[in-house]
Formats: sequence, C-alpha cells, structure tokens
Amino acid sequence: MQNWFENKRFFWATMLAPTVWFLAFFVAPMALVWAYSFGENAGPVNIAITGTFGNYAKAFRPEIIQVLSDSVVLAFIATLICLVLAFPVAIAMTFADDKTKSWLLLLIMLPFWTNLLIRTYALIAMMRTEGFINFSFAFFHNIAVSLGFNLGDYVPMELLYNKSAIVIGLVYVHLPFMVLPLYAALDKLDRSLIEASLDLGAGHMTTMWKIVVPLALPGIAAGLVITFIPAMGAYLTPDLLGGPNDLMIATLIERQFKRANDWPFGSALSFILMYVTLIFFALRTFFEARGGKVSAH
Amino acid sequence: MSKKPQRAPLEYSKSFRLRAWIAGVLLFLYSPLLILIAFSFNDSKRNIVWKGFTFKWYVKVFENDALREALFNSLIIAVLCTIFSVVLGALAAFVLWRFKFPMKGLLESGLNLPIVVPEICMGVGVLMFFNKIHWPNDLPWPISLSQIVIAHITFSFPFVAVVVRARLESFNKELEAAALDLGASQWRAFTDVIVPHMTPGLIAGALLAFTLSLDDFVITFFASGPGTITFPIKVYSMVRFSVTPEVNAASTIIIVLTLIATAVAMKFQDTSPNKENA
Repeated sequence: MQNWFENKRFFWATMLAPTVWFLAFFVAPMALVWAYSFGENAGPVNIAITGTFGNYAKAFRPEIIQVLSDSVVLAFIATLICLVLAFPVAIAMTFADDKTKSWLLLLIMLPFWTNLLIRTYALIAMMRTEGFINFSFAFFHNIAVSLGFNLGDYVPMELLYNKSAIVIGLVYVHLPFMVLPLYAALDKLDRSLIEASLDLGAGHMTTMWKIVVPLALPGIAAGLVITFIPAMGAYLTPDLLGGPNDLMIATLIERQFKRANDWPFGSALSFILMYVTLIFFALRTFFEARGGKVSAH
Repeated sequence: MSKKPQRAPLEYSKSFRLRAWIAGVLLFLYSPLLILIAFSFNDSKRNIVWKGFTFKWYVKVFENDALREALFNSLIIAVLCTIFSVVLGALAAFVLWRFKFPMKGLLESGLNLPIVVPEICMGVGVLMFFNKIHWPNDLPWPISLSQIVIAHITFSFPFVAVVVRARLESFNKELEAAALDLGASQWRAFTDVIVPHMTPGLIAGALLAFTLSLDDFVITFFASGPGTITFPIKVYSMVRFSVTPEVNAASTIIIVLTLIATAVAMKFQDTSPNKENA
C-alpha cells in the first residue's frame, strides 16, 4: 500500500470520481433528510429548519408508538420463524458433501435474486381468496361434500391483508438472510466436539442443544440481526400484504411523503429507522468478532 | 441408542427428518414462484384452473404499450447504471486497495452505508434532494430518467466496489511493480496489468449492478418524476388492482432475465479466485 502523496496525480485521478459521487448523491441527500427532521412545515411547499425536536417528539405519540412496536414485533416474529426454518437447513448444509452443499446454497439463494415485487406478487397470487391455497382447500372440501359429509358451501379463508400475511411475507422474503450466517457459523464448528458428545453417549438432540447451539450462538445472533434489520425496514411486504391499518415503519414513512405531506416528520422517522439499523449493525460486527474468537480456539 | 446406525454419525444431510424439513422449506420458497410461472402459460383469465397451454399473455405483454415502455425504460436505466457503477466501483475499490490516505477509514465505512441503509431512507433522501435542488421534472424522455439513474448508481456502485475489492486481494502487487520497472507509466500499468486482473470482478459487479437496478422498486418509487414509469413501478400499480396472467407473464420475463444474469455472474465468480497468478 502506497501513501497517497507519493503518487498524487494517480491518487486524485482514481479517488475523485467515486468520492465526489458518494458525497453529492448519498451524503448530501442524507444530510438533507437529517436537517429536515429538525424542521417544520412553513407553508404548502416550504420547510423551515428551525432546530425543533418536535418531529422526534411526535414519534412518541401512542398511535405512532403502536406502529413502531408493531414493526418490531412483526419483524421479530418473522425472524424467529426464519431461525426455526433455517437452522435444520444450515445443519444439513454443514454436514453435506460439497456437491449437495453448493446445490442447497444455490437453491436457497435463487429466490433471493428474484425481484422482490415479483416474489410478493407470487405470494398474493397464492394466498388471495381465489388463489391456489383456497382453491386446493375448496377442492378437498368438495370431495368431502361429494362423499356425503354435510359441510355446506366452501367459504374461502381470508389469508391476505392482515398481520399474519405480513409475517408470512417477511419470512418468505428474508429466509436466505438467516441461512447464510447460520451456515457460516456452523461450518466453522470444531466437529470433534460433536463427535465427542455423541461418543460419550449423548443423543443427537442433546448434542444439538448442549453442544452445537451454544457454540453457534454468535452465528445465531448474527443471523437474527441480519434478518431482523431488513424485515423491520421492509416497505413492499406490509404495503402489499397488510391491510389498510397494518402499518409498519416504512409504510408510515412513505405516507408522510405522499399522502400526509409531512416531510419533517417523515424525515425524523427515517432517521429513527436509520439509527436503529446502524445500532443493530454495530451489534452484528460485535457478534462477528466474538464468532471469530470461538472458531479460533 | 439400540437403533442400528445406517449412516455415519455426522451425516445429518442423510437423515430422513432433515430431508423432509428441507423439502418443506424449498416447497415454501419455490411453490409460489413456480405456480406463478406455470399460470403465465395458462389459457384462462380466471387464472386458477388449467385450461391449456398458451403464449398469448406474453404476446399481450408485448402489445401492451405502457408495459413495454416501462420494460424498455427499466432496461435503459439498468444499462446506464451498470456502466457508471462499474467505473465508479472499480475506482473506489482500487483507491482503497492501493493507497493510504487521510480519512480513508471514514470513506471505507461510508461506502458501506448505501448497502446497509434501509431502502426507504435512501428513497426519501433522493426525493428530498432532487426537490431541493429543483431538478426539472419536465425533461424530454431519455434525460427524464436521469434522476432514477443517479439514484441507482448511488446504491449500486458500493456493491461493485465490494466485489472488485475482493478480487483485487488476490492480485500480486509485484506484477504492477514489474510493469513500472519495465517502463510502463502508472496509467499504462493500471489499464494493462491491474484492470485485466480485475475483469472477473468487474463482470460480476456489472451483473450485480444490473440486477440491483432492474429489481429496485422503493428507491425508484421516490426518485421518479410523475411521468416516468419503470417496470417494477408498472407491475406495482398492476398488482394493486388485480392478479392477472399478464402480470404473471411479465414477471416470468423478469425472473428469466435475472436468472440468466445470476448464472453468468456465478460463472465468473467461480473462475475468479486466484488461479492464474497463484
């Protein structure tokens, strides 16, 4: 690595463009959001930056707290479901041969590469009242009726536009986020510890709970964080799968900019979301550092 | 305990229960997408009963002017975003890899921000920024996409930088020194020695930028002026109304495009680890 002043012209030639772009189109807009979060609506289009904390105070109104806690709770439930679904997959991947391993990895990652909107749309198509799930249920229902069971007409289930639809959507979209860190952590495990446990007479389940899970804890923590952050900030999932009153923080922010036209409040909410995100990322870095220690012994 | 072991103790991937579990998870992940693709070929408007194979929804997609225009816009944006992101990302990766300079740590972690910041926050930022600098909203067509292109480049090039940086780690710095020793200028050594080594990373980064741009909804939603429609925005407004085989067909086209881009990207990443200068 060279000191920049030993080769000034070349340094400037390569450094300037990305840095200026980053400052102009990322830092400046973010600084603007930050500044506006201390502002007030001073007319239909004007915003005065008055240094008020009123927008942040607004976030503590009960109806807003409700939305914020809903976001946290829904994202957290989805994250836990992801953990339960992903852990066995990660275990299988860890102990599979190389070929199976890469196939499983590919199969888990492939939907992740598919357009988020399309995946959400696919869920809607499955879960709507005329969708595939209801259609299948109706099919079995009708068979039961034709066999003489008196069940009456099939009433389609309302699977969409409620909070459980949001959770299903969040799980569906964020599952790969959970598999990868779990796999990374499990792959580093010292297998002789597991073998020792099995040799000494512990069953597979006991070994799993007492040896694998504690050792993989940093990875589990990293997976929880990595899944939780984007789930909490998700916009499309609650917007398309939730009902009109099932807001999450991102949909609430969007409303401030489009319908409610309260940009300063929207800015404050954005920065609240941003601070939470950054705190969780700091946590993740911390867990990763600890994970490194566990594997190093 | 008394069960006869049919597999080695750690071959969990051969356990029946685990296999059933994985099959369940994959079914959950794939059935909505596969059903969506299947019904894009279904000859029925009601979409749920199989009435026979047809391509007519695909024909309809291409006959639908608004949808075609949106798809075209998205492709133009994605191509422009890819070109700029690759150049900026490669330069950023190179500078961070090659030089020590004041506040380097700040720039390095700063460049990670567009990757971790929630999309909605960045979308809001872009909206307010273009509004603040009074970016004209009534520009003629290709230039009217510039706001979206700028926003897409901003969140794509840090991804490219990460990929290219990883690739540069395998570069043998003595090769550059040799080129300089043999009389090449700094710039010549860069274009003839370093860039060729970067190439697999550049291609992987380009495809990443392309798919990121093609996929983005939230930031585009905020960055786009009133008249500009991209493919995800068009699909979004169609999805709001109803589920139709036409949207299925349009979605299938995008899925196939993404799959191709991903397959190519993975191929290049597979060949990228330091084979040639080990």
